[in-house]
Amino acid sequence: MEKGKGIMGSGRRWAVDFSDNSTAPSSRDIPDPPGFARASVDQDDSTVSRQKKDAESNWKAQKAWEVAQAPFKNLLMMGFMMWMAGNTVHLFSIGITFSALWQPISALQGVGKVFEPYKDNKVDLLGPKLLFIALNLGGLALGVWKLNTLGLLPTHASDWVSSLPPAQEVEYSGGGIPL
Amino acid sequence: MAIRSFLILFILFFFSSLNPILSLYEDQVGLVDWHQQYLGKVKQAVFHTHKTGRKRVVVSTEENVVALLDLRQGEIFWRHVFGSNDVIDGIDIALGKYVITLSSGGSILRAWNLPDGQMVWESSLRGPKHSKSLLLVPTNLKIEKDNIVIIFSNGRLNAVSCIDGEVLWEKDFEGESLEVQQVIQPPGSNLIYVVGFASSSLFEMYQINALNGELLKHESAAFSGGFLGEVSPVFSETVVALDSTGLILLTVSFQNGMISFQQTPISNLVKDSFGPAKIIPSSVTGIFAIKMNAVTIVIRVTDENKLEVVEKTNHETSISDALPVSEGQQAFALVQRAGPEIHLRVKLAHNWDDNLLKESVKMDQHRGLVHKIYINNYIRTDKSYGFRALIVMEDHSLLLLQQGEIVWSREDGLASIIDVTTSELPVERDGVSVAKVEHNLFEWLKGHMLKLKGTLMLASPQDIAAIQSMRLKNSEKSKMTRDHNGFRKLLIVLTRAGKLFALHTGDGHIVWSYLLQSLQKSKVCQHPIGLNLYKWQVPHHHAMDENPSVLVIGKCGPSSDAPGALSFVDTYTGKELSSLSLVHSVAQVIPLPYTDSTEQRLHLLIDADKHAHLYPKTPEAISIFERELSNIYWYSVEDDNGIIKGHALRGKCTGEVADEVCFDTRELWSIVFPSESEKIIATVTRKLNEVVHTQAKVIADQEVMYKYISRNLLFVATVALKGSGEIGSVTPEESWLVAYLIDTVTGRILHRVTHHGSQGPVHAVFSENWVVYHYFNLKAHRYEMSVIEIYDQSRADNKDVWKLVLGKHNLTSPISLYSRPDVITKSQSYFFTHSVKTIAVTSTTKGITSKQLLIGTIGDQVLALDKRFLDPRRTVNPTQAEKEEGIIPLTDSLPIIPQSYVTHALRVEGLRGIITVPAKLESTTLVFAHGVDLFFTQLAPSRTYDSLTDDFNYALLLITIVALVAAISLTWTLSERKELQENWR
Repeated sequence: MEKGKGIMGSGRRWAVDFSDNSTAPSSRDIPDPPGFARASVDQDDSTVSRQKKDAESNWKAQKAWEVAQAPFKNLLMMGFMMWMAGNTVHLFSIGITFSALWQPISALQGVGKVFEPYKDNKVDLLGPKLLFIALNLGGLALGVWKLNTLGLLPTHASDWVSSLPPAQEVEYSGGGIPL
Repeated sequence: MAIRSFLILFILFFFSSLNPILSLYEDQVGLVDWHQQYLGKVKQAVFHTHKTGRKRVVVSTEENVVALLDLRQGEIFWRHVFGSNDVIDGIDIALGKYVITLSSGGSILRAWNLPDGQMVWESSLRGPKHSKSLLLVPTNLKIEKDNIVIIFSNGRLNAVSCIDGEVLWEKDFEGESLEVQQVIQPPGSNLIYVVGFASSSLFEMYQINALNGELLKHESAAFSGGFLGEVSPVFSETVVALDSTGLILLTVSFQNGMISFQQTPISNLVKDSFGPAKIIPSSVTGIFAIKMNAVTIVIRVTDENKLEVVEKTNHETSISDALPVSEGQQAFALVQRAGPEIHLRVKLAHNWDDNLLKESVKMDQHRGLVHKIYINNYIRTDKSYGFRALIVMEDHSLLLLQQGEIVWSREDGLASIIDVTTSELPVERDGVSVAKVEHNLFEWLKGHMLKLKGTLMLASPQDIAAIQSMRLKNSEKSKMTRDHNGFRKLLIVLTRAGKLFALHTGDGHIVWSYLLQSLQKSKVCQHPIGLNLYKWQVPHHHAMDENPSVLVIGKCGPSSDAPGALSFVDTYTGKELSSLSLVHSVAQVIPLPYTDSTEQRLHLLIDADKHAHLYPKTPEAISIFERELSNIYWYSVEDDNGIIKGHALRGKCTGEVADEVCFDTRELWSIVFPSESEKIIATVTRKLNEVVHTQAKVIADQEVMYKYISRNLLFVATVALKGSGEIGSVTPEESWLVAYLIDTVTGRILHRVTHHGSQGPVHAVFSENWVVYHYFNLKAHRYEMSVIEIYDQSRADNKDVWKLVLGKHNLTSPISLYSRPDVITKSQSYFFTHSVKTIAVTSTTKGITSKQLLIGTIGDQVLALDKRFLDPRRTVNPTQAEKEEGIIPLTDSLPIIPQSYVTHALRVEGLRGIITVPAKLESTTLVFAHGVDLFFTQLAPSRTYDSLTDDFNYALLLITIVALVAAISLTWTLSERKELQENWR
């Protein structure tokens, strides 16, 4: 991209002007080739572009749904990986779990970006977005569930009392065998 | 639980890959540990100085040590510690090559090879009755070419062969009330005189043939005045004694079997009498000394048994034994202290007026008076006699004097430590650098080059040796300031001599020493005893400028109502701040958990009449105390009556002892043990300064158990009266051991367990919510260790996570011991191979690090045993979850891993106590073991997880960092260049 820009900028050597000035009557010094009917082109132009646009938006909507469903595959793979990793705390299982947590979170952060190419006035992106978010949340939930099965979530009473200092005693007593 | 278990597992995972056993590498010995050897107060010394060979001296001490010392430096060649039940009665050298020792009340005679200290022979001597023990090694008395040793012990006179210890003959002295005082062997004759008193007014003399033990003569004569104390032999057939009033000197002569008395009232000798006298025995011919109060009188006996005073002095005088010098002449030494000097005089026995030697030696004031002197002679280059003197000072130190100088000194008082406490060192301040700076830049560079070589493994063996010596002599560790990790501290020790020493934990050197005047013999206090040391002032937050100080508590005499004495000593300077002679006695000292505005800890002293006295005696302390008065209790354990009593404080004293700081007490409860079936043999409580991190113990299935943590718990062990004797003296059916856990505020017995067929001695240690105790199982014929853990059931229903998250629980609110506790206990017993001298437990600043038991074994070593081995939740087949928690499968005996001896190859002879002090670094604890020897080391029961270990590879780290930086800069320049090229394209 940059290279192109650079060339277009200062170092221009030659240029092609693609502007269609054929309709301008003043430039019509060259006669149309035989069999060329200018009028028919002009007539069909709007319907063709509408059709094109429709196809594109359809395609975009389809694509958006596809993108929205993509995390599902991920989810299945994650689930398989987690099953493989087992329930003991290990470097491997911890790694899997944290990646399972990180992926949905990063995906959720970039929801807008993911659907940026499919942004269109006519395309309703809410459905795909919601699906995408839901699936990622599902992934997140899976990760959290895994975290819990690994015993890394403070869901037990023991997690909250294990650092409690001993209670103060009101009375104090000392003594022993006389010196 | 979850986070916890994760962390624990993480740590376990980390360290299971490393060596799981806490042990040292060879080159780590001496880096953090130090070991010092001592002897104790010398009670007898015999020189061994032949013309050829090394000059040596054999000493026996009050710590029951026999040692051979080098006379040049005072180093120990060899040493034997006999133990407290084998008291040494006498030592001597026989045949010039054997050291003869008589011990155990005169019943064991041993000969040791002098050069190497190996035992040559041992014989046991028995006799009809208990008596004084006397050892005599005649120089030239032979029975069939066999040199003999003459021993009088247990009422029997024995002649023992020097070669093999065989008893050649024996003679009993069975007279009912006969008390033998002296056994005299006139040199050059074959006679032995045994003199003594019978029925307090009869003087008895037996003349015995030394060759066969035949009784040649027996004479007795009555003296109506009676006799007092000891006799002193002045000539070979004359002794001096005192009459029962202590006012008349008796010269008893038994020449040719005729006993004759000659009385000389002391008032005839000295004008002003000073009360009853005491004879100071000496072996010098014709000279003896008596002591009347503080006055020492040296008396000469003339040939006609006339007495003459030759010296009268107010100074404490010590007289040496006679030293034979040329042609039957005897020399002896007198030594006195006068101000900063000691005066030493050596005289010939028959010539009082001339001094062979007169010297004054400057002596540290804190060594006190001279207690004993032993002299030895050598021939100078000009053929005249020179003398060297071995002196024992009041602080039990041993010094060698020669030519008016102290050649060497040994601080043998440190062999008898009574109590230990610690103190912080001063904070390092700017501009006040106490550390020695490296000599110069070159040295410094050289040191670092060597270290670098060492880490890069390029060092030659010489370099490695140099690095090792550098590590050992690291000046960092003996700095006189506080360090970041809290490894450098002062160990304040109180010795039996009443001297306070401050030892540096870095290398064990003595920072200061102070002879406490309050613990020295004086007119008001004849037998002072040092009792305990307490931290008096530990400056902390708002009293940072004050120096910390310790409180030394002593009392006058062994009786329970003897008045007490307090001393306050600054631990930075070693100066006494003040001292108090108390009017009341000291039966208990209770440090209270309150401090005043200058961080002085409040102490409660209970006297024999059960009055409580508060110190410091300031109005502020009184107001603090009165606020807490209703919550302070105290208990007393009367072990001879089998009663434990609890008391509360009532208010200011009434009656004759009206004092602002005196409080009356009243008895609240008492526990009376049946005297015929239970006798208290051990009590133990938690250490006051112990820090407990948490009240919860998380067990395998994420359940919580709440520890019953109370400072007011007392562990008491009792045994059946029959079983209180030695191990094996009773059958298993007759003996049992009962262990109690008692709440000392309410007197409630929380737990009681009986071990049938078990016997003491019991050694126990109490920490957090558990107690571990060691005893003997008569049925299994083995030692056992038991653990009791106590848990609080009343808190167990705190299970709602949300309440805990929101803090809506009462787990940390103050509790009263009068609320009914609901406790459960868990216990388990294991066999243990060793008998034990003492048990301690490691302590750390926050109490997070797992604990280790420190067991002082009978072999005078310290063994570290993980508390995990003494966990009542151990089972034969632990579940997976329990294994993850770190529970070890149950075995019937506790393992002794040779690498876990804290003392590694060393022995702390005569081990008496182990003290643990937390360092500032949570993982590390400082351990000080004392007995006759001292040993100090640092321990990390869970390894040093909070700091890099000594063997951390810094070089690798450095290389990695350098490589990384290089790689980054390289790739950066490369990418820059590439980008530039791209741009130019």
